[in-house]
Amino acid sequence: MSTSKMGASRLIPYLLIGIYLGIVFTKSEVISWYRIQEMFRFQAFHMYGIIGSAVVVAAISIQIIKKWRVRALGGSEIVIPPKEMGSGTRYWAGGTVFGLGWAFAGACPGPLFALVGNGVTVMLVTIVAAVAGTFAYGVVRPRLPH
Amino acid sequence: MRISRLLGVLILSILTFLLADVILRIAPGGYTHMIDFLSQPWPWYVAGPLIGLIVPMLLLLGGKQFGVSANLRHLCAVLDTKVEFFQYDWKSGTWNLVLIMGVLIGGWISMGFLENPDPIAISEATRSDLALLGVTEFRGLVPSQYFSWEGLLSGPGIVLMVLGGFLVGFGARWAGGCTSGHAISGLADLQLPSLVAVLGFFAGGLIATFVILPLVL
Repeated sequence: MSTSKMGASRLIPYLLIGIYLGIVFTKSEVISWYRIQEMFRFQAFHMYGIIGSAVVVAAISIQIIKKWRVRALGGSEIVIPPKEMGSGTRYWAGGTVFGLGWAFAGACPGPLFALVGNGVTVMLVTIVAAVAGTFAYGVVRPRLPH
Repeated sequence: MRISRLLGVLILSILTFLLADVILRIAPGGYTHMIDFLSQPWPWYVAGPLIGLIVPMLLLLGGKQFGVSANLRHLCAVLDTKVEFFQYDWKSGTWNLVLIMGVLIGGWISMGFLENPDPIAISEATRSDLALLGVTEFRGLVPSQYFSWEGLLSGPGIVLMVLGGFLVGFGARWAGGCTSGHAISGLADLQLPSLVAVLGFFAGGLIATFVILPLVL
């Protein structure tokens, strides 16, 4: 992996993908606190349709990539490392903590940035809080069950 | 070699743009129709597949995994502290940090050119439930009574924005991923741990929505 020595021009595609994602996030309203509330109250199909169809499209793509051993642009092999289940604690406990935050803030990490772009600048505070939360996890990590 | 490639892409993009421009000029009402269409909220069957395509795009471009919350860890690593969890070369995540800056710009573009002028079209049931909790504002993407710099000083504002953000950051790293890493990339790769994490996301979300929010708002 020579990713650490990426030239600036090689980063342009990632910027474009990000812009594309920010537009889709905004126009589909998944960055809306109201939409997240609607989802957790099971009162509309909108969010389920978005996540579900995103998973289906991504799953089909991954199957095609694996089946035909498609290589990345530079010619390197595409490897998707499997996630270790372990005791599973980190997934249900960490997941629950994340879910609480998702419902409060009404946004997961990607949409937080899209909201700032949309002029909801106070979300910068939420991003800083999320970085602080990540940092706190890093500090207490050795004492947490995983 | 690389410059000629870049030039090729540039010329192709300009040609595509010019062609689209000509078509939209010839078609009756082309431009207004297109802007009208783009300004509407996009339905799930358009947005979902467009988001799902990010996964193969990143894999094909450089074998990268779609996962936004890794950026929060990279930002901690940039700070260069003594904490072991952040002792790694964050530059390996530059591509991801650039992507998230793109998301911010994408939001800004949407606001500037494609903003939906109508109140958000959430279901009537959600609207009345939220009104019962005390939400009075249904314009824009978020209720500005809480999500604003003035709202930040209120109790609900602190819970929603500060505590919410903290839990998002803490939980995402503990679970090893957020909505993009687990719910989309992980489920799409049929990873069982991701399914457990997503069930956790919903457990937490339901507790927050039905138990804590009525107490806080």
